[in-house]
Amino acid sequence: MALVGPNGSGKSSLLRLIAGLLRPSAGWIELQGGDAERSVPEQAHYLGHLDALKPSLTVAENLRFWTRYLGEQTAALDEPLAATGLGGLADLPAAYLSAGQRRRLSLARLIAVPRPIWLLDEPTSALDAGGQGRLADLMREHLATGGMLIAATHGPLGIDAGELRLGGAA
Amino acid sequence: MTALSALLLRDMRLAVRVGGGALMGVLFFLIVVTLVPFAVGPDLAQLRRIGPAILWLGALLASLLTLDRLLAADHEDGSLDLILMGGTPLELAVLAKAVAHWVASCLPLVVATPLLGLFLNLEPLAIGAVALTLLAGTPALTCIGLIGAALSVALRRGGLLLPVLVLPLTVPVLIFGVAASNAAVAGPMSFGAPFLILCALSLGSLVLGPFAAAAALRHGLE
Repeated sequence: MALVGPNGSGKSSLLRLIAGLLRPSAGWIELQGGDAERSVPEQAHYLGHLDALKPSLTVAENLRFWTRYLGEQTAALDEPLAATGLGGLADLPAAYLSAGQRRRLSLARLIAVPRPIWLLDEPTSALDAGGQGRLADLMREHLATGGMLIAATHGPLGIDAGELRLGGAA
Repeated sequence: MTALSALLLRDMRLAVRVGGGALMGVLFFLIVVTLVPFAVGPDLAQLRRIGPAILWLGALLASLLTLDRLLAADHEDGSLDLILMGGTPLELAVLAKAVAHWVASCLPLVVATPLLGLFLNLEPLAIGAVALTLLAGTPALTCIGLIGAALSVALRRGGLLLPVLVLPLTVPVLIFGVAASNAAVAGPMSFGAPFLILCALSLGSLVLGPFAAAAALRHGLE
C-alpha cells in the first residue's frame, strides 16, 4: 500500500505509530494473521529517513550487527548485499558510501532478516533508476511471499499498490 | 542474548575505531592529574595527602567525557529507533550499552591509575586502594551517567546539559570512593565500611540506571 499526501500530512507519523515509536492518543494497532507471540513492531521492518549506519564500521559489520540484533543469527550476508548491488563493497567502511549506497545498505537489512511487514518512509529517495528498479523487484518478491508493505512516497513505487491518501483534498 | 552480545560487541568496536574516543578519557585523565602539581606546587607531602582525591576527581571528569555520545549518536543516525523496535527489552539494551561504555572508557582509567599515582607521590598501598575503589565505583558513575544520557538524548546540545545533570548525583560515589582510599592509608576508619558502601552504590545504580534510562528514552522520544 502506498501512503501519499502533501508534506506534513502525517505519512511518517502513521508509519512511526505502526512501528511503535509513537504512542496513539486513541485507538490501537492490530495485526490480523500475524504471530500472536510477538508485538507488531517486532514483526515489522522500519526504514526511516535515517539509515542507522555507523560510518566507522564496514558495510558487512553494519549489516551483521543488525541481522544479529534483529534475531537472525546465521544469516548469509552475501546474498542481501548482492541483491542491493553492494556485492564488492563488503569490507569498505560505511563512511565512504554515497547517499544512495547507504540507502541500499539499509535495504539489505530488510532482505537479510525476513519479517512480514515492511514500513518504508520514502524508500526511493537518493536511489538511482537502477536502484529504484531493484527496490521494486524486492518489494514484488516480498509481496509474492505473503508479505505486506506500507510505503510513504511522493513518487511512483514501481509496483501495483493500493493508495491511501492523507491530508486535505490535495 | 545474541542481540545483546551483538550490541555490546558493536559498541566496543565503535569505541576503538576512528572517532570512538575510547582513549580520549585516559588522555584527559593524564592531563588533569599532571596539571595538579603545577597548580598546588611541588610539595610532595601535600600531593601525597590530596592524591586520592585528585585521582578520583580526574577519573570522574574523564568518565563524563564520552558519555554524551553514549545514546545521542544512536539517536542521530536512527539506530535508536531500531533498537527500540527490536524484541530485546530496552532496559537490557541500554545496560549492554553501559557495559560497553564502562569497558571502553572507564576500565582504561583504572588501568592508568597506578602510573598516575606515581606522579602524585602516592605509596603503593594508596595506589592499590585508589585503583580498587575506582574499579568498584566507576560502574556507578557509568550507570548514573546513563540516566543523564537518556534524559538529554532528544535535546539539541544535550551534551552541555549532561554534566550539570550527572555531577550532583555522583557526589555520594565521590565521597565514599575518596573516603575508602584515604582510610586505607591514613586511617582512622577502616577501609571496609566506606568501600562496602561504594560497592552498594554501584550495585544499586546498576539496577536502577537501566530502568530509569529506558523510561526516560521511551518518554523522551515521543
